[in-house]
Amino acid sequence: MYVAVKGGERAIENAHAWLAEERRGDTSVAELSVEQIREQLALAVNRVMAEGSLYDPDLASLAIKQARGDLIEAIFLIRAYRTTLPRFGASLPVETGKMACDRRISATFKDLPGGQVLGPTFDYTHRLLDFKLAADGEVPEAATREAVSSDVPHVTEFLNHEGLIEEAPHDDTTPPDLTREPLEMPAERALRLQALTRADEGFTLGMAYSTQRGYARNHAFVGELRIGSVPVEMEIPELGFSIEIGEVTLTECETVNQFTGSKSEPPQFTRGYGLVFGQTERKAISMALVDRALRWEELGEEDEGAPAQDAEFVLYHADNIQATGFLEHIKLPHYVDFQAELELVRKLREEAGTNSVSEAAE
Amino acid sequence: MSSCIEYRKVVEMKDVNEDHAPRQHWLSLMAKAPAGHVATLLDQAVTRPAFTWLRAPEVGSTMVRARAGSTGSPFNLGEVTLTRCALVLATGEVGHAYIQGRSKTDAEAVAIMDALMQTSTAATLQARVLDMLEAEQTAKRDARAAKAAATKVDFFTMVRGED
Repeated sequence: MYVAVKGGERAIENAHAWLAEERRGDTSVAELSVEQIREQLALAVNRVMAEGSLYDPDLASLAIKQARGDLIEAIFLIRAYRTTLPRFGASLPVETGKMACDRRISATFKDLPGGQVLGPTFDYTHRLLDFKLAADGEVPEAATREAVSSDVPHVTEFLNHEGLIEEAPHDDTTPPDLTREPLEMPAERALRLQALTRADEGFTLGMAYSTQRGYARNHAFVGELRIGSVPVEMEIPELGFSIEIGEVTLTECETVNQFTGSKSEPPQFTRGYGLVFGQTERKAISMALVDRALRWEELGEEDEGAPAQDAEFVLYHADNIQATGFLEHIKLPHYVDFQAELELVRKLREEAGTNSVSEAAE
Repeated sequence: MSSCIEYRKVVEMKDVNEDHAPRQHWLSLMAKAPAGHVATLLDQAVTRPAFTWLRAPEVGSTMVRARAGSTGSPFNLGEVTLTRCALVLATGEVGHAYIQGRSKTDAEAVAIMDALMQTSTAATLQARVLDMLEAEQTAKRDARAAKAAATKVDFFTMVRGED
């Protein structure tokens, strides 16, 4: 028998009020402003923008504050907000070759045009806690040096001159959009890249790591990693021409992978590509490795049955909002479902009990 | 329904034949200005003219696209917030704004600027608004580039023992 029940309104209301109080914490400690989050927790903000799939640092900072620093909850808030926005169109593809680079390194070529520019990186720090940060916020000004302003060419272009690396030929097809149509298999590369750039960082990192450990052998070199800002240009129908509507910071990673050739392709280097909103280096490298692993079919490689080669497995489990939605719903009331299970187990036990008694009697 | 009519008005009033490079440049410049900046400079330079909305400011998004391997097929990278509006001055000039972020007041200031740049006030506004914005953006960009340049690695070979 199904009995509809209501209740809990007051408990829910009080729980939310308490949540607000806990979010604020000790009121004798100054409140954190959205601007402080945006400026001082920038990498958390970047992750929320990347996985929330909406570039707006102020909104992402607000979401982090509201979510008490729970980044997946913050991403959830951004995804929900995103669905309320009317879409005014799509930009022209951003030109990362014209990026104003804060950082640009290559693990494959020491001397390359534009040089190895480290940028504001954690690399080469000793990972020792800096207790000075707990005491005061004073920082020395960063050093400067005269910059040569010119576009920084991509590393893969050099290899292209020799024909040693596969080309990424230019085309202008309209890409599929998983925010408009459900993700379906088989997923072409454009769709995979869209899914990966908004995928959970931890999941993508784990998948990428698995390829390094030998599940789908492809030894990747970071051909290039660059972080910086690019203008976003869009055709404005009522003007009849395109304008730059703003600027975004991106992290781009191109991996170079050895490839011994297949029936259709000569031995050459192949490429994996990662491009993510914000300064999000770990994610961009992970994305490039997973992208490369998922390309096995189009390159005529063998299916080794590795998890990172399985597009359906990777893409259907990479979205942390879908995952957390389904995972966390199981804590919500399932009284009726469970009641049914309970009845069933009791019945089975009863039958089993009867049987064992009758067997003993024989 | 009303928005469709407004939209048609906007489309009908577009200028198709003129050289659009200067307009493209000032709209791009203003779209990248920090919050509140265009409005402040505009108000310091001139008194705002009367206008009628063709499209009241609205907040939305645009899908940012990129290319696989930076040069290949396009894919959808993610959205960016965007505010747009269109207005017409009493003297007939149409101004448009499409700017990153969610500031309706900034969009209004940009659209007024766009319209005024088609009037005789253009020279004043070029000097007191656009040139200022350009100088600030160049300075900001150069400052970052200079910090990046200071982190460029100078390789040197260690003296080897064999000679």
